[in-house]
Amino acid sequence: MDYGLLSSIIHSILVASTPLVFAGLGALIQERAGVLNLGIEGLMIVGALAGFATAVAGFPLLVSILMASLAGAMLASIFALLVLRLYANPVATGLALTLFGLGLAALAGSQYVGQAAPQVAAWEIPFLSQIPVVGRALFSHDPLVYLSIFTAFVIWWFLTKSRTGLILRAVGENHTSAHALGFSVRGVRFLAIICGGALAGIGGSYLTLVQTPLFVEGMTAGRGWIALALVVFASWRPFRVIAGAYLFGSVSIIQLHGQALGVSVASQWLSMLPYVVTIGALVVIASRAGTSQAAPGSLGKIFKESR
Amino acid sequence: MIMIEARAVTRWYHEWIAVFIALLLTAATVSVLLASLGLDPISSLQRIFIRPLNSVYGVSELLAKATPLITIGVALALGFRAGVWNIGAEGQLVMGGLCGGAVALAFWNIDGFWVMPLILLGGTLGGLAWGAIPAFLKVRFNANEILVSLMLTYVAILLLSVMVHGPLRDPTGFNFPESRLFHDAATLPKLFSAGRGHLGFVFALIFAVLGTWVVKRWHLGFEMRVTGLSTSAAKFAGYNRDRTVWMALLIGGGMSGFAGVVEVTGNIGQLVPNISPSYGFTAIIVAFLARLHPLAVIPAGLLVALSYLAGEAAQLSLGIPAASTQVFQGLLLFFLLGTSLLVNYRIRFGRVA
Repeated sequence: MDYGLLSSIIHSILVASTPLVFAGLGALIQERAGVLNLGIEGLMIVGALAGFATAVAGFPLLVSILMASLAGAMLASIFALLVLRLYANPVATGLALTLFGLGLAALAGSQYVGQAAPQVAAWEIPFLSQIPVVGRALFSHDPLVYLSIFTAFVIWWFLTKSRTGLILRAVGENHTSAHALGFSVRGVRFLAIICGGALAGIGGSYLTLVQTPLFVEGMTAGRGWIALALVVFASWRPFRVIAGAYLFGSVSIIQLHGQALGVSVASQWLSMLPYVVTIGALVVIASRAGTSQAAPGSLGKIFKESR
Repeated sequence: MIMIEARAVTRWYHEWIAVFIALLLTAATVSVLLASLGLDPISSLQRIFIRPLNSVYGVSELLAKATPLITIGVALALGFRAGVWNIGAEGQLVMGGLCGGAVALAFWNIDGFWVMPLILLGGTLGGLAWGAIPAFLKVRFNANEILVSLMLTYVAILLLSVMVHGPLRDPTGFNFPESRLFHDAATLPKLFSAGRGHLGFVFALIFAVLGTWVVKRWHLGFEMRVTGLSTSAAKFAGYNRDRTVWMALLIGGGMSGFAGVVEVTGNIGQLVPNISPSYGFTAIIVAFLARLHPLAVIPAGLLVALSYLAGEAAQLSLGIPAASTQVFQGLLLFFLLGTSLLVNYRIRFGRVA
């Protein structure tokens, strides 16, 4: 076994999965609050462009990430206004968000096509990165990979250990009861949508800042939708989102290596794998008993006070 | 203090006033966007939205673009009424084009009145099969139809690419990823001497009328609507939720497949890797613009088709990327959804009583 190849494959799986981790967590926090946001794809691409434009202008990585999250949050606030204030249908509003985001990014990003963002330096973790094979595979990554895992930990802690997290889950499980108890359903959901938008924006920016330091129109290529499927796959638990994202990342990397190793099938068959695996995962999860309990009770339902 | 309160009575024209306001707001926002790009809004709007229609050619192109939008929009309007979210019409369209195109190539250079109906049937069945997958997975395993139908769209596009690069490639085409050109018996007749408007548009109009009939007069349409409005009411009435899911996705799949085969036989004339500029997704906007009324899908489809022409005109005469079409379409959908509040609620200015 070629250990050098193995460690670089694991390394690239983590790189391929990180956008899905961020976007999946962004969808998760909204869904735990009862908000179904199908606009993740649009939020991601706008974040991708915002992060890229900031990096090209010469700002450091931290500023690029902040701008990407800001762009995601701002676009998500349109969704929040429509769904929470104007009682718009959330499914259709999410789709509109995706269309609008893709179009806006293509329109504003046309001037950036062909430019390259500066390379992001890896953070070698002292000592651990020196371990043979494992060190290169797991402990010499760009800071965003570590941040994605840290974010999952924070969200897990927030949802299960903090009082505010408990309120958020109550709003997601049964908004009528939460409202009766005096919690602000709209306020909680607004904050969840803003945070989710920011996370999706960061996930998108990982594509342009680390994966390929370029911006191309429509480059999210369905990752926002896979992130939504991941949340179902993870039965709405943060750490399972990471596990799921790494599984999907592995599939896409295996597909790339299959092409490199000269697997004699048309590349399109291999490119179908992530989508087919997603469908398979959705079926397995949905058919397992007890999933109906896992989904937040008020997910995707419109909240109106006067009823 | 601005307040919203439920209307005591809603009248039919409230819906259309809301649509009109949404169109006005979209036009205003687009004008602001154009002005921010340093263009004169009025003359630019005139140039991209009015001038493309100044000729028979332009009108013909408009009808060609409206054909798939209306055909799919009618099917989606029926499905959305039933609360079944078929977001994968694009994939069903691609499968329709692929299967219908494969039939056309199988009977290449064979004439006969039966060739064209067979091709249309092949395409419809292809889309139907692609719509049946999410229906089956939803009914049998309760898998989310939104995500399954969407993932299948990516699979369908890749499948078309495999076929056009491989088995269906033109043997005399210097390895270009294109099929042979369909022969005359496998091509839908054009409507005008100029442009690409074809017979498919007439089919689309027929579908819109049929769809209205299903909604208004057929019990199935009523059953689907009740299921969409209230699951508990549907259960109480003894309506079968599974049947509604099947019907919505089969109608959606079959008609999207039909739109796909009509697109390749009427408009493109061969199979290419990319047969649709997202008609399947844009048809969702058409259905909402029509407020899910099948007959209203006709003007809605024409208007959204105009946005495609406007995008091309904007690219040619104003130097704006064609993707700005999507910005326009996204804005329109935002405003439509936002103003639909006005149908059941009214806004009151004044103090809290």
